[in-house]
Amino acid sequence: MSTPANEPGTADTLGKDGLNTMSGADAAAQAKRGPSIATRERRQGSLNPSGETPYLEVTDLTVKFPTADGVVSAVNGLSYAVPLGRTLAIVGESGSGKSVSSMAVMGLHDRKRTRITGSIKLGGDEIVGLAENDLMKIRGDAVSMVFQDPQSSLHPLYTVGSQIAEAYLVHHKVSKDVAKKRALEMLDLVGIPNPIRRFKQYPHEFSGGMRQRAMIAMGLVNDPKLVIADEPTTALDVTVQAQILDLLNNLQKEFGSAIVLITHDLGVVAEMADDVLVMYAGRCVEYGTAQDVLAQPRMPYTWGLLESIPTVSAASERLRPIKGLPPSLLNLPSGCSFNPRCPYKDRVKGERCTTDLPELLPVDGAGAHTSRCHLHDKASIYEAEVAPRLG
Amino acid sequence: MLYFVARRLVSALSVVLVTLIATFALFFVAPTDPAAAICGERNCTQERYNEIKENLHLDRPKVQQFAEYTAGIFAGRTFETAGVVQKCDAPCLGFSFKNDRPVTDMLKERLPVTVSLVAGYAVLVLTIGVFVGSMAAKRRGTTGDRILMGSTLIVSSVPYYIVALMISLYLTILYPILPRGGYTPLSDNPGKWFVGFLTPWLVIGIYNCTQYARYSRGSMVEALSEDYIRTARAKGLSDRKVTYKHALRSGLIPVITIFGLDIAGSLAGAIFTERIFDLPGLGNLVLDSLQSYDLPVIMGTVLIASVILVAMNFLVDVAYSLIDPRVRLS
Amino acid sequence: MNNPVQDTTPAAQSTPLLQVRDLKMHFPIKEAAGLGRTRKVVQAVDGVSFDLAPGGSLGLVGESGCGKSTTGRMITRLLTPTAGQILFKGTDIAQLKERELRPFRRELQIVFQDPYSSLNPRQTVSNIISTPLRVHNLVKRGKELERVQELLERVGLNPEHHNRYPNEFSGGQRQRIGIARALAVEPEVIIADEPVSALDVSIQAQVMNLMEDLRRDLGIAFVFIAHDLGVVRHFCDTVAVMYLGKIVEQGPREQIYTAPQHPYTQALLSAAPDLGTIRGVPAKERIRLVGDVPSPIDPPSGCRFRTRCWKAEEICATQEPLLEIKPRSAAGHTAACHFAEPKVDLTAATA
Repeated sequence: MSTPANEPGTADTLGKDGLNTMSGADAAAQAKRGPSIATRERRQGSLNPSGETPYLEVTDLTVKFPTADGVVSAVNGLSYAVPLGRTLAIVGESGSGKSVSSMAVMGLHDRKRTRITGSIKLGGDEIVGLAENDLMKIRGDAVSMVFQDPQSSLHPLYTVGSQIAEAYLVHHKVSKDVAKKRALEMLDLVGIPNPIRRFKQYPHEFSGGMRQRAMIAMGLVNDPKLVIADEPTTALDVTVQAQILDLLNNLQKEFGSAIVLITHDLGVVAEMADDVLVMYAGRCVEYGTAQDVLAQPRMPYTWGLLESIPTVSAASERLRPIKGLPPSLLNLPSGCSFNPRCPYKDRVKGERCTTDLPELLPVDGAGAHTSRCHLHDKASIYEAEVAPRLG
Repeated sequence: MLYFVARRLVSALSVVLVTLIATFALFFVAPTDPAAAICGERNCTQERYNEIKENLHLDRPKVQQFAEYTAGIFAGRTFETAGVVQKCDAPCLGFSFKNDRPVTDMLKERLPVTVSLVAGYAVLVLTIGVFVGSMAAKRRGTTGDRILMGSTLIVSSVPYYIVALMISLYLTILYPILPRGGYTPLSDNPGKWFVGFLTPWLVIGIYNCTQYARYSRGSMVEALSEDYIRTARAKGLSDRKVTYKHALRSGLIPVITIFGLDIAGSLAGAIFTERIFDLPGLGNLVLDSLQSYDLPVIMGTVLIASVILVAMNFLVDVAYSLIDPRVRLS
Repeated sequence: MNNPVQDTTPAAQSTPLLQVRDLKMHFPIKEAAGLGRTRKVVQAVDGVSFDLAPGGSLGLVGESGCGKSTTGRMITRLLTPTAGQILFKGTDIAQLKERELRPFRRELQIVFQDPYSSLNPRQTVSNIISTPLRVHNLVKRGKELERVQELLERVGLNPEHHNRYPNEFSGGQRQRIGIARALAVEPEVIIADEPVSALDVSIQAQVMNLMEDLRRDLGIAFVFIAHDLGVVRHFCDTVAVMYLGKIVEQGPREQIYTAPQHPYTQALLSAAPDLGTIRGVPAKERIRLVGDVPSPIDPPSGCRFRTRCWKAEEICATQEPLLEIKPRSAAGHTAACHFAEPKVDLTAATA
C-alpha cells in the first residue's frame, strides 16, 4: 500500500537513487548555517535533475485533510527541489494535489484542518511547523504567489497601485511615498503603459492581461527568491497568455528567482519549464527535466496525457483518451493508483500493479529522471507504440 | 464622483415630489371625507361640518388644494378658523386645529427626539453588531462562533416589545440598575440627554445588534472565502489586517444595503421604544394623532418619514459608491 | 458591408444545411455621462457569414469578446439578431416569433461550456433528458425511460444511473448529460459552445471522441465554438477565425493551419504553446501581439485588427478589407486583409 508519511520509506528510495538524503544531524547543521545559499557549500547531488543546489527543497511532503467521510490524502510523499533561476512545472489534473502542495509551501492552508508532515526547506531553513507569525514574514517576501484568475484575485475595492504598494509596505519599513514609487517602478517593469494613471485605477478598469501583469508586479515587488505561479495563464486568451509567459521568462532571467509553475497545460510546460513533475492522485508519478519528461516520458499516465492533447501542429487521428476517471482521494486503488486506467498493466507479471505501489525509481537505473511504474521495458514500449502515435 | 452624487440627488428629489403627490392624494383625493372623519359621527352638525370643510379648504378644487399645500411648504400660508387668522410659516405642512398649532412646529419639536434615538441605534448596530459578526466569521465553526450565533438567535426570536417592556419593568423600575428614559434637549444639557437615552439605546441597539451580527457574519464569511483574501494573506498581511481591512470592506456592502432599508423600519420600531420609555418623539406623535384623527399631523408625519427614507437611501447610495468604485460607473 | 461570400465551404457541392448571411448583433448600452446618459452600441457581432453542410463541422475560433459565443446563441435563437439572415434548409429563422420557431428549436441544439451551471441541480438526469422529449412530443407515454436509457448509453453513461442528480456526476459525465439532452430531440445541428474547455485533459479527449462518433454515426452537423486552436484543428473541417465581431479568415482546416493568410491567424497560431518546442528548442518563429483587443463599443476604423497589426498601413485605417479569396489562396480559403500572404512554417515544427 502507500508509504506512510513519517516512515523513512521514501527517503530510502531516494538513497537507492544515488541521491543523498540528509540525516537529522545534517539538517540541524544546515539550519545553523542559515539561509544564505551563496555561502552554503554545495552539497553533492540534490533532488533537482540539474544537480544544482536547490533553493526550495521539499522532502516527503504529505498533506492530509480529515473530513467527515474520512482522511483525504491530498499529497503523499512528495519530494522535489528547485534551484534559483530554474522553473519546475508541476503538472496534473484537478484533484492531483498540485495546488495543495504549493499552498503548503506558502503556509496558506487552513491550519486547523490540515495535517502536514515531511519537510519544506527554503534556502536551507525548515518551514514546516513554523509559527504563523514567522510564516507571515516569509510570505510575499522570500516566496510570493501569482494566482490563476486575476479578476478574482485582486481586491475589487482598492486601487491596483495601493494593492501593490501594500505588498511592499508589509515587508519594508518605508514611507507610503517610497512604496508608491516602488509600485510605479514595478508597473513599468511588467509592461503596463502609463503607470502613473494606472496606479490610481481599480482592477475592473484593467483588461485581463493587464490584471495578470499587475498580479505579477505585486508578486515580484519584494524581489522574491521563489515565485509560485498557480495556473497563471489559464484564465487568459492565447495571445495574452503568450505575452504573460514571455514576461515571466524574461523576469526570471532578470531576477534569477526560482519558479514553481502549477499547470494542467502541457503546452505551457513546454514553453516554460526546465524541470517537470507529473502528479497523479496526490503522488509524483514522473519527475525529470522537461526534455526527459516531454520527449522521453516513462510512465503510462504521462503517455496518456500526451496522447489526449490535440495539438495545433498536427491534425492528429482520433484522440486516445485515458479511459475512466481519476480515483477518489478518499479511496485510492490498491497498488499503483493509476492501475484501473492503465492500458499496460497486463504486461507486468503477476498482479503487481494492483498489489504493490511502485516506487519512484530512475528510469535507466541511475540518473535524475524518475518514474513510478512497474513496467520493465518502458523505453521500448514508448518508442515502439506511443511515440509513433504522437506523430 | 460629483456627477454621481448630483444624479442621485436629482432622482432622490423626484421621489420626494412623487411621495408628496401620493400622500396628498391618499388623504384628500381618495373617496373618503376627511371633514366628516374629523367631525366625528356624533355631535357633528351640518354647520360644524361646513366650517371644517372651509377651514381645510376642502371645498375648493383638488388641484387648487394641492397647489396651496405645496405653496405652503415653500412660502408659508395662513389659515382662518372662526375669524382668527393663523400664520403658518414655510415650510408649512398644514395646521392642526385640534392642537391649534402649525404641524411643522409640532414636528420640529418631536423630530430631535426620534433622530437622537435612531442615531444611537445606528451607531450601536454598525459598531457592535458588525464587530461581533466579523469576529464570529473569523472564528467560524468554532465553539465561540456557535455560542455567539446561538445566543443571537435566542434574543431575536423574542418579540422586540416584550424585551423592551421586560427591561423597562425589571431594570429601570423594580431594580433600577439603569436610568429611566426621558428627554432633555441636547442643547440644554448633553449629560442629561445622554442619560435619558441610555436605556432606550441599549434596548433597541442590543436587540437589533443580534440581527446585524448575523447579517455581517454571513457577508464576512463570504468575503473571507474570496480569492483576493487569499492574495492578501499571500502578501504576508496579518490575520487582523486581512479581516478588518480587506474582508470588512467587501463584507460591509450587503450590511449597508440592509441598514438603509432598516432605518425606515427602525422609525416604526421607535414607536414602541418611545411609548415604553416615554420619549416625546415622532412615534408618540403619530400614535396620538391617529387616536384623535388629527389628519394634517398624520399627513405631515407620513411626509417627513418618507423624506427621511429617501434621504437615507441617498446616503446609502453615496456610502456605496465610496466603498465600491464599480458603482460609480453605472 | 460584407458581401455574402460564395463557396466558403469546401463541401460546396452539397446544399448547405445552414447558411448564415451578414449576421449582426448590436447591444445598446447606456453609459453615465455628466448628469445624463449616453446611448452607445456594442457591436458584438458585425456581419458574419458562413455555410454549414449536412454533417459538416465548422469551427469558430477567436479570443474572448470576438463574438463567437454570441454568434452561436443567435443561430440557436437564444438571441434575436439585430440584422442578417439565418437560413436553415432555406427558411430564414433570424426574426421568427417564438411559436413559429418551435419546430426549428428541435433541429438546432446547443451544448454549453459549463457542465456545472447548465444542468438543473434539482432534477434527475432522467427528467433533464426527457423534458425535451415531452415538449416536442417525441415519444409515447411510458416509453420515455426506455429512450432516456438509450440516450445515456449512446453518450457512454451507465443507463442505470438515470435516477441520479447532476451533482453525483463528474464534470466530464455532466457534459455527456448535456450532450444527451441535446441528442434527445434528434437535431440536425449542434452548436457546441466551448464544450470541453472546462474539463481536464484526459476527460476532454473522451468528450471530443464522443462528439466525433455522433457526427460520424448520426450525421449531425456541428458549429464548434472554441478558443483552443488544437481542439478545433482536431474536430473541424472548416475553420473561421473571428476578431472583434468579424470573421477575418475562413477556409478548409489544412489551409488555415498550414498556410494562414491573415496576420491575426498567424499571431494566434504562433502564440499557441506547442509541445513541438521545449523551452525554445528547436526555435520556432514567434509573433507576439502587443496590447489588448480594442473595445467593441468603438472599434477601429477600416480593418479592426490594424491597431495591433505589424503590417498595417494607411489603407488599413481608411478601407475595410473584404473577406475574399486572395491570389495565393487555395479553393474556399478567404481572408479579410489588404496584405494577406500565406505563412507556412508556423506550425510545421513537429511535422
